[in-house]
Amino acid sequence: MNPFSSGTRLRDMIRAIRACKTAAEERAVVRKECASIRAAVSDNDNDYRHRNLAKLMFIHMLGYPTHFGQMECLKLIAAPGFPEKRIGYLGLMLLLDERQEVLMLVTNSLKQDLNHTNQYIVGLALCALGNISSAEMARDLAPEVERLLQFRDPNVRKKAALCSIRIIKKVPDLAENFVNPVASLLKEKHHGVLLTAIQLCADLCIVSEEALEYFRKKCTEGIVKVLKDAVNSPYAPEYDISGISDPFLQIRLLRILRILGHGDADASDFMNDVLAQVATKTESNKNAGNAILYECVETIMSIEDSGGLRVLAINILGRFLSNRDNNIRYVALNMLMKAISIDGQAVQRHRATILECVKDSDASIRKRALELVYLLVNENNVKPLTKELIDYLVVSDQDFKGDLTAKICSIVEKLSPEKIWYIDQMLKVLCEAGNYVKDEVWHALIVVITNSSNLHGYTVRSLYRAIQTSCDQEAVVRVAVWCIGEYGDLLVNNVGMLDIEEPITVTESDAIDVIEAAIKQHTSDLTTRAMCLMALLKLSSRFPSSSQRIKDIVNQSKGSLLLELQQRSIEFDSIIGKHQNLRSALVERMPVLDEASYSGRRGGSGVSTSGINNIPNGVVKIVDAPLVDLLDLGVDEPTHPHPHPHPPPPNSSSGANFLHDLLGVGADISSSSPQSGGRNTMHGHKSGTDVLLDLLSSGSPPAPAPAPAPATQKSSSTSDLLSLTQLNNNNNNNNNNNNNNNNKASPSPFSALDTLSSSLPTPGASPMMDLLDGFGPNPTTPPPPTPKEEENGRTYPPIVAFESGALSLTFNLSKQPGSPQITLIEAKFTNKSSQLYTDFVFQAAVPKFLQLHLEPASSNTLPGNASGSITQKLRVTNNQHGKKSVVMRIRISYKLNNKDMLEEGQISNFPRDL
Amino acid sequence: MIRAVIIMNDEGKPRLVKFYDHQPMEKQQEIIRSIYGVLCSRAENVSNFVQADSTFGKDTRLVYKTFATLYFIVIFDDSENELAILDLMQVFVETLDKCFSNVCELDIVFNFNKVHTILDEIILGGQVVEMNSSEIVKAVNDISGSSLFLFLSL
Repeated sequence: MNPFSSGTRLRDMIRAIRACKTAAEERAVVRKECASIRAAVSDNDNDYRHRNLAKLMFIHMLGYPTHFGQMECLKLIAAPGFPEKRIGYLGLMLLLDERQEVLMLVTNSLKQDLNHTNQYIVGLALCALGNISSAEMARDLAPEVERLLQFRDPNVRKKAALCSIRIIKKVPDLAENFVNPVASLLKEKHHGVLLTAIQLCADLCIVSEEALEYFRKKCTEGIVKVLKDAVNSPYAPEYDISGISDPFLQIRLLRILRILGHGDADASDFMNDVLAQVATKTESNKNAGNAILYECVETIMSIEDSGGLRVLAINILGRFLSNRDNNIRYVALNMLMKAISIDGQAVQRHRATILECVKDSDASIRKRALELVYLLVNENNVKPLTKELIDYLVVSDQDFKGDLTAKICSIVEKLSPEKIWYIDQMLKVLCEAGNYVKDEVWHALIVVITNSSNLHGYTVRSLYRAIQTSCDQEAVVRVAVWCIGEYGDLLVNNVGMLDIEEPITVTESDAIDVIEAAIKQHTSDLTTRAMCLMALLKLSSRFPSSSQRIKDIVNQSKGSLLLELQQRSIEFDSIIGKHQNLRSALVERMPVLDEASYSGRRGGSGVSTSGINNIPNGVVKIVDAPLVDLLDLGVDEPTHPHPHPHPPPPNSSSGANFLHDLLGVGADISSSSPQSGGRNTMHGHKSGTDVLLDLLSSGSPPAPAPAPAPATQKSSSTSDLLSLTQLNNNNNNNNNNNNNNNNKASPSPFSALDTLSSSLPTPGASPMMDLLDGFGPNPTTPPPPTPKEEENGRTYPPIVAFESGALSLTFNLSKQPGSPQITLIEAKFTNKSSQLYTDFVFQAAVPKFLQLHLEPASSNTLPGNASGSITQKLRVTNNQHGKKSVVMRIRISYKLNNKDMLEEGQISNFPRDL
Repeated sequence: MIRAVIIMNDEGKPRLVKFYDHQPMEKQQEIIRSIYGVLCSRAENVSNFVQADSTFGKDTRLVYKTFATLYFIVIFDDSENELAILDLMQVFVETLDKCFSNVCELDIVFNFNKVHTILDEIILGGQVVEMNSSEIVKAVNDISGSSLFLFLSL
């Protein structure tokens, strides 16, 4: 005998596996066992075959390959004794499947066992056949199974009935052979046999139209009677589940009645009485009773109409909704969802209860209830329902707000009876959950606003109030900034006052204050700031007397490290200062946006890419294509004399091609380049290094300087950073070239662009600094949608993260409530030397399990003698929160007396639980 | 039709895996892992139903119930009644309890083949055979009686 095959017992193997502390140990034990089983298999060892197969089943459950044991199953099945056969069939069901050819070899053994004198062996064979039969086996063995439907032992009859289900599913042609035997089985008194016979009957009706007709005619009456007896039967303890007699049989009976009654008025009529009895007599204080009621409701809903019953059924569901058991509420909502298409009116009556379920503590119930409410809304109830939902939005869980906001916006857009209501509701949603609102929603809001000329004044005043209280919701800020820019004069002069409004006094400087606050707010992203600049330009024309102040605010962005903002501010400054004659024509009120074509466009697929291909580059005033402008609301105002942050190529047709090229690289790129700033948030934070590299290598020259930002966050080592230097350098070169080209192409009024070009580092002179200038602050990735909530999180004592010579860096750490993975860091740099550090840039890199987001620094010059500091915010997301601690590599570069300095270090003294 | 019955412990280790429509082993493991991922992150005090469309196709649902350290999981399609499946699980557990007198996780680990035998008396080819737990116990005892010697020799 093989030395291995004497082997361990099953019990010992399981013990050994359980004792393993690591996956590697477990693999070693399993490998050893498998080796000894293989050896036994090749030795054709008879004594331990069943034990080896039992081991293989356990090993298979753990997920290791066991194909070498398949033939052993067949050998055991062919063995004479019951015990071996039992293990053999068990292995057959677990280790093999119907597609394997090995299975063909078992047909003969099965045939013998189906004819065996031992009823337990017959039972085993039926069970195996019912679980794994292939079509061929079904054909070969159907006569045996059919015969066994009349076997003396009820256990065998039950199994034969269920085995027949597998057979007719595999070979529907065989259905007719089973119709008569089933008809006689349906007269059985034995509960188990009756239960299986009804299941077989249901499946026969599904696969064969003739069988359905037959049973409908011959058996409906019988089945109704059985159900009637079950409902009215005295207490039968052996089939009792929590006080209800044989609920499972009743459920199966109701299901077959559903199949028989569906689409047949006579049969449906016949079962009305018994269904009403079940619906009224069944006790609903136990799960089993509710299961019957639930099945009964489904049957009533599926059979032919009988108005009274349906009302009864929907009332049962209404009762379910106020049940304390979550499961019952869950199934009731599912069923109401189906019922709504059958009898919407009856469902409407339970609207109040359904609305309560939107506030359920169970998230899956909330979600279903919300979907159901969404289906229930119509012109008549939209106002009260929306009010309820918006009220709930105020108190709902953070993670439910997204869904809820989307549904409310959709309801309001779809069903709003009048524009003023639409605007009011959208403002409420924006104020409560503006950070969850999708870009296309507020775009659509602006379209509606421009279309309601009588409400311009009302809207801008409402928005003015809203932004005072909800300046942390980015979408409110954007819409408000846009409207104040556009309708600032109406705001100040209280034009178009409605009766319902309370008068307010807003001065020109109040209006400008709002925009100034928005542009300075650290949470505002590129799009918002760009929109603010645009609004300021408009206001400079609307409020001529404040234009000096506006010019000053615009000027503050001239030093912005974000190319887009820098460029805008320089251009706008030039327009305000030198081109007064042009200005008022440039910033005339926007033409009314076409609602129909906008909503049509939104219905189309790619909101973000489809419109952009036809942006007419370099066109000064676009009246033909307002939609396209809308898309780029923030960035490409139609009156913007220079619509693209990319310097437009000399002629517009090649410009379009170039845009095509740029876009051809993929939608993600458009989100990482400020050219599409208006859509940044729509794409989320997908921009990564790959995209960036694609962008750079795609041959489209003016990938602007901010683009390298994602590299800072994603690259896990400093060498990655360096490898980008060259690319970025080229990139800046290109940028310069393009700016120069541009200047040649359109010399006036953009002489200011010279400043822009020269503000970029000299190409090639110092590649390192080039890189740093480009992406010190972190422009492209927009801040997260909820930055404001940072303020009330957990805090930690500040740590000194880095100290070298005169330079020190402290981190103030805090957590945002509800998101333990995210750490907010405020970095503060101080310089104790007597020298001034200029061009100060801080970079950081983190391992892959972390994600780092850097906000722009407060400044890039660091005064000496610790007389000032630079602060910069970082956000670290730890994907392995609780398992790994935060670590970070940093690099600080600056110029000291015009000499490049570089300091590097690793920070590993973060608190452990970040 | 019932698609699968799975018992796993609260660490995600499978204790009984039975699929009624065949899945390759790698897929089985993937399903077990993804189910565990869903279940272990579920709050208490929520419904026992989970939509399983992503792993098993349209309109499939998963019902789970916890008993001590074990998750009992049944996956089924829309021809079954969710609430009835909850009762079915109750019957399954009651039967195990009768067969092992106060069943615990170790009983299921070491006697997994007997648990399979019990399950085969309750569900066959994804259809319910029997809901009466004393009938099931009787059938199982008849079988074990005739294969007593085999249980000893494993």
